Amino acid sequence: MNFLSILNDAASYLLQPTTLAFALAATGLAVHFGFTGLLNFGMAAFMALGAYGYAISIVSFGLPWWTAMLVGMLAAAVFAVVMGIPTLRLRADYLAIVTIAAAEIVRYLFLTESFTEYTAGSGGLSGYARAFIDASPLAALPSDMKIGFGPFSYTPSQLSTILFGLFMLAIAILLVWALMRSPWGRVIKGIREDEDAVRSLGKNVFAYKMQSLIIGGVIAAVGGIVWVMGSATSPGLYTTSTTFQIWTMLLLGGAATIFGPALGAVIYLVAQSFLSGLLSGMAKAGMLPFTDSQAKVLVLILLGLVLMLIVIFRPQGILGNKRELTFVK
Amino acid sequence: MTENASDVVVQMTDVHAGYLPGINILNGANLIARKGELIGIIGPNGAGKSTLLKAIFGMVKVRGGEITVNGESIIGLKADKLVSRGVAFVPQTNNVFPSLTIEENLQMGLYQNPKAFAERLEFVTGIFAELGARLKQRAGSLSGGERQMVAMSRALMMDPSVLLLDEPSAGLSPVRQDDAFIRVSDINKAGVTTIMVEQNARRCLQICDRGYVLDQGRDAYEGPGRDLLVDPKVIALYLGTLAEDAA
Amino acid sequence: MTGSIKRPKTVIGLDGAAAPGVKKADPILVIDNVTRQFGGLTAVDVDHLEIPRHAITALIGPNGAGKTTLFNLLCGFDKPNSGTWAYDGTNLAGVPSFKVARMGQVRTFQLTKALSLLTVLENMKLGAPGQRGERFWTSMLPWLWRAQESEIEAKAKELLVRFKLDAKEQDYAASLSGGQRKLLDMARALMSDPNLVMLDEPMAGVNPALTQSLLDHVLDLKERGMTVLFVEHDMHMVRHIADWVVVMAEGRVVAEGPPETVMDDPAVIDAYLGAHQDVDLGVVTGRVAGELDTSAIQLLDEIEAATEAAAEGEPERRGEEEQK
Repeated sequence: MNFLSILNDAASYLLQPTTLAFALAATGLAVHFGFTGLLNFGMAAFMALGAYGYAISIVSFGLPWWTAMLVGMLAAAVFAVVMGIPTLRLRADYLAIVTIAAAEIVRYLFLTESFTEYTAGSGGLSGYARAFIDASPLAALPSDMKIGFGPFSYTPSQLSTILFGLFMLAIAILLVWALMRSPWGRVIKGIREDEDAVRSLGKNVFAYKMQSLIIGGVIAAVGGIVWVMGSATSPGLYTTSTTFQIWTMLLLGGAATIFGPALGAVIYLVAQSFLSGLLSGMAKAGMLPFTDSQAKVLVLILLGLVLMLIVIFRPQGILGNKRELTFVK
Repeated sequence: MTENASDVVVQMTDVHAGYLPGINILNGANLIARKGELIGIIGPNGAGKSTLLKAIFGMVKVRGGEITVNGESIIGLKADKLVSRGVAFVPQTNNVFPSLTIEENLQMGLYQNPKAFAERLEFVTGIFAELGARLKQRAGSLSGGERQMVAMSRALMMDPSVLLLDEPSAGLSPVRQDDAFIRVSDINKAGVTTIMVEQNARRCLQICDRGYVLDQGRDAYEGPGRDLLVDPKVIALYLGTLAEDAA
Repeated sequence: MTGSIKRPKTVIGLDGAAAPGVKKADPILVIDNVTRQFGGLTAVDVDHLEIPRHAITALIGPNGAGKTTLFNLLCGFDKPNSGTWAYDGTNLAGVPSFKVARMGQVRTFQLTKALSLLTVLENMKLGAPGQRGERFWTSMLPWLWRAQESEIEAKAKELLVRFKLDAKEQDYAASLSGGQRKLLDMARALMSDPNLVMLDEPMAGVNPALTQSLLDHVLDLKERGMTVLFVEHDMHMVRHIADWVVVMAEGRVVAEGPPETVMDDPAVIDAYLGAHQDVDLGVVTGRVAGELDTSAIQLLDEIEAATEAAAEGEPERRGEEEQK
């Protein structure tokens, strides 16, 4: 069992596109749930719309990468509106159920063979990565060059996507910070606690919830784009399992905090990689009574347990303020 | 009055109880209910009437004193144990299952001893004749007063040692309040020991055997209902301002 | 207990004798033909009601009278089955609650709605209308709303001083006592300089020590030119600070008038205590020796009639409990 390589792999997750993507998605979910109290169990769909909006725009319509990104973000915004209009007037648990269903519908739309002309169906869509990589200032460098050190060494194209992802994450965090300390944020936090009270003060609660749904969704869509920007996308990435991983990261870091979601994403993915490598290595070395593939499943079970423990014992997460976030009203 | 210990169904001695840590609502409350008695508990808002009842049913933390039912201590027992000891509690609201029929609601009252259903149903319809004809009606379609009746009947199904009623007249219009009081009296006349907490002090005292007037978590006055009804101290404090004005 | 400083009652100008539906000289709210049904049951059925401006009006009635339902309708928290009401001439029937709040009509709730996860000061600032920073796009550009925020904060602090909550400014509202939360609700409602303040059972759950303070504040509102309409059970409060009393029973307005005369109105006493005050239930139930007099027999008849009506599922005026 090569301990060093396990640690290396785990450490590399600090800066993978996957990590940055989930950090963005978790930040979007923080806007929905942490700050506004909206129970959105369909975040994977927003990521999917971002990714596919981006990919299809480039592959089928030949649009430049930045237009494609806007298309992905717009698709997420429209989805938020369409989903929000019937559900935001309903009780929280109804919103939760509808979001699960809506996300699955979106995934099936990308999975079905009926649209393979655009979506390439179950096989997934690729061939768009060059649009961004070629446009990056690092494109001039030789493509097999390694920049960086240790677990953090990347080719120029990898580095491009990572730097872009970091940049978008920084903007998203800055945006959420600015919003939540503003009077708009104050209204949102009021809505989280008691809609009727806020209504009686003359605020249009429905409009605020819709705005929150859109902004959180768009941030998650950008996450979806960052995830697949340098590679390929496929419907299998956007299952409910993905959504619940985002929830775990959010709750782990602190649902109603600015940096909590990103922190949670990093810790979760690093831990997952480490545990996966460790248990897998131990299994292969015969130290555990399971096989290698069973060990990988065990990791998921352990992470599920972690989610349960967080919700029960420390719902405010690592960075959270116990007073501000409570599930028991 | 002879102190026949075996006659005592419920006895509360120097009970201290409260919901939040450090804050007690009951501060040394005492109460005795003997077999077959109708006990009324009145008092101003915040005096602890409902809390006293809830202390008997284990719904509030008892921090001092003793509560016995048929001689055995019941402090700390959970609701299902209390039911098997014969303590029946009828809350003020949400006291029937709206999606079940009246008959099903009554069956719920007997879940610990389902075989006795027919016999108990006869007893209950003996008091509330109109129930017998409407057993298949959904409880959700009943008015407030009717639900009260069903809730009380359900409690009676288990042949309780003591029936605890939390403001049976609450939320009812004046005519229906009087109806509710008459029903409670009928239940008690059929032999059921009953303790009722009430806001409508006058009506409560008119029908109960003995009454307790609570003030700040302890019993301030106690005596036969009819005596309390005309006691000037009680009238002044607890019979309500409108009664004062209308008198 | 007429407030700590004795203040004169306002005499309400009437167009006729004090009876249900009487027109007022200067009404702020004119309510017409409002009905609200839940299933087959009529909770509210008001032909005509006018609320006088610059006065404190109490809306009272026994359980099941419909006063909370009417109150919720007027605040836009419920829609009527029929009818309209004009606030300063504008018809508000069907207008959602947040729009009503913007028109100068604010309300408080029986169970206080102080937002416990925000500080007292933040609660107050939330009450201010028209803060540009509350709009999504402008919120991200602080220089557009900073100045407004300072103004709002100054106003909030002033109100907090008036309500003696200034020391608690930075505390989370969760740490306030029940009575202090009531004061916060009221103070927050005043941030929008309303014309009409609707209070839903302001005395509910308030410990006696704070009652005086609350009463004073309500009287203050009138002095500052606002109109107050409140729903209450507490007769002391009604008697001592209301200029006008509207009594509802079974969905209808049964009496209107100044508190001194309304309380003596037989229709009102009947509505509250039932028409059979003199009946001794001890006699009726046979526990006490005695003869059933005519009043007792009438009561038993009424009970039987009500029971039959309910059994046949006829529309009846139902208690407000069931409507929740």
